[in-house]
Amino acid sequence: HAELVSRLRAVWLSGKTRPMQHRVAQLEALGRFLGEKKQDILEATSADMGKPPFEVELSEISICRSELNHTLNNLSTWMKDEHVEKNWATQLDSAFIRKDPYGVVLIIGPWNYPINLLLVPLIGAIAAGNCVVMKPSEISRNVERLVAEMLPRYLDQDCFAVVTAGVQETTRLLENKFDYIFFTGSPSVGRIVMTAAAKHLTPITLELGGKNPCYVSDTCDVQNVARRVAWGRFFNAGQTCIAPDYVLCSVEMREKLLPALHEAIAEFYGPNPQESPDFGRIVGDKQFQRVQALLRSGRVAIGGQIDAEARYIAPTVLVDVQQEDPVMQEEIFGPILPILTVASMDDAIDFMNAQERPLALYVFSSCKKVVSRVLERTSSGGFCANDTIMHMTLTSLPFGGIGQSGIGHYHGRSSFETFSHRRSALLRGAGREALNALRYPPYSPSRLPLLRAATEHRRTACTLL
Amino acid sequence: NPYAGLVSRLRAAWLLGKTRPMQHRVAQLEALGRFLDEKKQDILEATAADMGKPPFEAEFSEILLCKNELHETLNNLGTWMKDEHVDRNLVTQLDSAFIRKDPYGVVLIIAPWNYPIHLILVPLIGAIAAGNCVIVKPSEMTKNSEQLVVEVLPTYLDNDCFAVVTAGVQETTRLLENKFDYIFFTGNPTVGRIVMTAAAKHLTPITLELGGKNPCYVSDTCDVQNVARRVAWGRFFNAGQTCIAPDYVLCSVEMREKLLPALSKAISDFYGPNPQESPDFGRIVGDKHFQRVQKLLGSGRVAIGGQTDEKERYIAPTVLVDVLPSDSIMQEEIFGPVLPIVTVANVDEAIALINSREQPLAVYAFSSDDKVVNQVLERTSSGGFCGNDTLMHVTLTSLPFGGMGTSGLGMYHGKFTFNTFTHHRGCLHRSMGREALNALRYPPYSQHKLGIVRAASEVKRKGGCTLL
Repeated sequence: HAELVSRLRAVWLSGKTRPMQHRVAQLEALGRFLGEKKQDILEATSADMGKPPFEVELSEISICRSELNHTLNNLSTWMKDEHVEKNWATQLDSAFIRKDPYGVVLIIGPWNYPINLLLVPLIGAIAAGNCVVMKPSEISRNVERLVAEMLPRYLDQDCFAVVTAGVQETTRLLENKFDYIFFTGSPSVGRIVMTAAAKHLTPITLELGGKNPCYVSDTCDVQNVARRVAWGRFFNAGQTCIAPDYVLCSVEMREKLLPALHEAIAEFYGPNPQESPDFGRIVGDKQFQRVQALLRSGRVAIGGQIDAEARYIAPTVLVDVQQEDPVMQEEIFGPILPILTVASMDDAIDFMNAQERPLALYVFSSCKKVVSRVLERTSSGGFCANDTIMHMTLTSLPFGGIGQSGIGHYHGRSSFETFSHRRSALLRGAGREALNALRYPPYSPSRLPLLRAATEHRRTACTLL
Repeated sequence: NPYAGLVSRLRAAWLLGKTRPMQHRVAQLEALGRFLDEKKQDILEATAADMGKPPFEAEFSEILLCKNELHETLNNLGTWMKDEHVDRNLVTQLDSAFIRKDPYGVVLIIAPWNYPIHLILVPLIGAIAAGNCVIVKPSEMTKNSEQLVVEVLPTYLDNDCFAVVTAGVQETTRLLENKFDYIFFTGNPTVGRIVMTAAAKHLTPITLELGGKNPCYVSDTCDVQNVARRVAWGRFFNAGQTCIAPDYVLCSVEMREKLLPALSKAISDFYGPNPQESPDFGRIVGDKHFQRVQKLLGSGRVAIGGQTDEKERYIAPTVLVDVLPSDSIMQEEIFGPVLPIVTVANVDEAIALINSREQPLAVYAFSSDDKVVNQVLERTSSGGFCGNDTLMHVTLTSLPFGGMGTSGLGMYHGKFTFNTFTHHRGCLHRSMGREALNALRYPPYSQHKLGIVRAASEVKRKGGCTLL
């Protein structure tokens, strides 16, 4: 990939991607891609993982459109120099933050939302003025082909390129020096990416994953909870990085939740979800076998049916699951929801804090205090009370992980800022030398108080409680 | 793992939530202020012993600038800690959507030797302000400052939550095997790579404040004497051991001829006829560095200075000319009181030369013509930039300080330090009711429902005009 990278770097140095008109033109072209290739996107995602068209429209196309429009609506504001507060010494100077692109950026996309998770970072990278190399996932073959063949036609191919690469070639790709790397995928590959980035001191964003806990308190509307949790868990057949991964609740709540979940699943997918056009499939045989093995944990309370040929796993709820069971050792990434019982909210919090920090943490409670306590006493990428997944639909909320679930965040303005270097700039006058004399040798201690006054910010210095 | 016990002790304190309440953070920060006041003399003496730092320089760069950061933080902490409420769409209109500022947990700060107090305290201020527990590792190169920090700093802080460790190269490698929730490293790019590779094993987020060769372009239209003073000040402060010091000058042959006498005058104005006798000029920190910098004197030709005294680790304020981009002095960050002048034909050549090298921590441009300054700003890439002066941009707590490429990753100072050590947690608090609205997104799916959901959640393009 060396030639491609140096070709893009040459274009980057020529400054082609920096003018606003160029950025806007690319972004508008992405909008046309989403419109003109909608049918192809629906077909490719359906072929790859049986994604229902409604889900694709919402989670792949509409979300990208929102990000696109939000970016186009705000780009000129985001690009502007931000003038900052000055001290006495710099009062007559110009002090501002310049938003500089990084240069040649690499975006590695995953297979579960293959359009969204490639395009939304791409939108930010373009908006920030970078050249971009994109690597779609080789696991979602049809979308990979669509992106590799169609997307470049919409973009300035001097500045943007799509590469296809399996595991080996991606390792080679990562040997090149990029000016930013944006990776979405698993924590183990995240480590590999960060280690590769370290060789070139390349800044990174890693959108990884984990087991997103879902605490359901005793005070809630059980049927609403069941629907919202089921929706989040079974959307895209569970292959969502922010899906609720497991439920924590009391034994009493579990007894109410089970029939409610059963009803929600029947409402959503009918008596036989395999026949519903609204329920997806597992992306590949390897993943299917991995998820299927997790069914052996605990006891199947709802669902549990599989069809290996169709890579179908029924919307499933497991109970009597212990912390040591296989289903609790890895991110499920499939349509299985284990329920673990806890004695109290405090036990639930302790349990969650004993695990790696997740990408999302969910709490269901009609009681504000419960929600506040759980929020305050846990740590996670993002948080949503009384629903699942919905927090990621707001372009105004930064989306990212913490600990094993990731580094950095994006969406909306955060995407632009992720791919921008905030360059501090101070433009002083060529004259006014008398003021500077304060700081020059020969030094005299009497000047220090003056220097302090000159460099402090103009505020009253009171310590607030 | 010699540090395992310490790290888990701090992690236990972290999990208890000790560092989270505002009062606790404020108490630690105020204690740091008392440390700077009460131990001022000790700081001046330690840095003088370590690298002959003139008291004025130490007071300005190690104490005064830290106090500015402290005041800025204490004045604004309440605001910075608040939840930030954000814009909502139609679907979430009645919900609460905000960014919660969460601490990371147990943070490691590794500091360098050139500003041994400042480069510990300023990150520490932000880490504390953001609610973290902190382990600080001062540089083992500056023994006196290291001792001061190890022995005295902990007496001002809550020892359950904050600790200082001493470690040489080997022990630092062991220290880095532990899992931290954030690592803040200031030092050179080589060690920066090692730190980032270690951090990658635990997927630990990092800030790396590294270095590079900061170019200083001097155009033909400028007030030569002012330029000479500002460049000399930036270069020779702390005997050149400053990560943002102007590393080399780029100018035309004509400008060089004017600059040399002006630099000579500035140096003698500053340090007198024999800078070795001036109380206002520092020394090189150690023998190894002295030898390293001394070797660089072999590049080009000495135009000003060039004297050395190995016993004192003194290198005179020196200007080299006839230096080529291929000379050894142009292959590494100088980090000493030596200023090479490389001649270029014009600003375009200067910019091309700057862009052919690694992105530096700072780019400097001197010109009375604003257009020239802006051209250099626009056509180069660096951590920060200053027109018509050196170093001054980092004295503003409102400007982010950080590198790009091999000069670093991340940024801090002022509220940027707080943000560095804070996890911005996106939060949405919805109602338990209002289920009818949600039904639109549930299966069984229908085109009709899709239309409504999209209308309620999709961001629309405003105005439809592309702005130039």
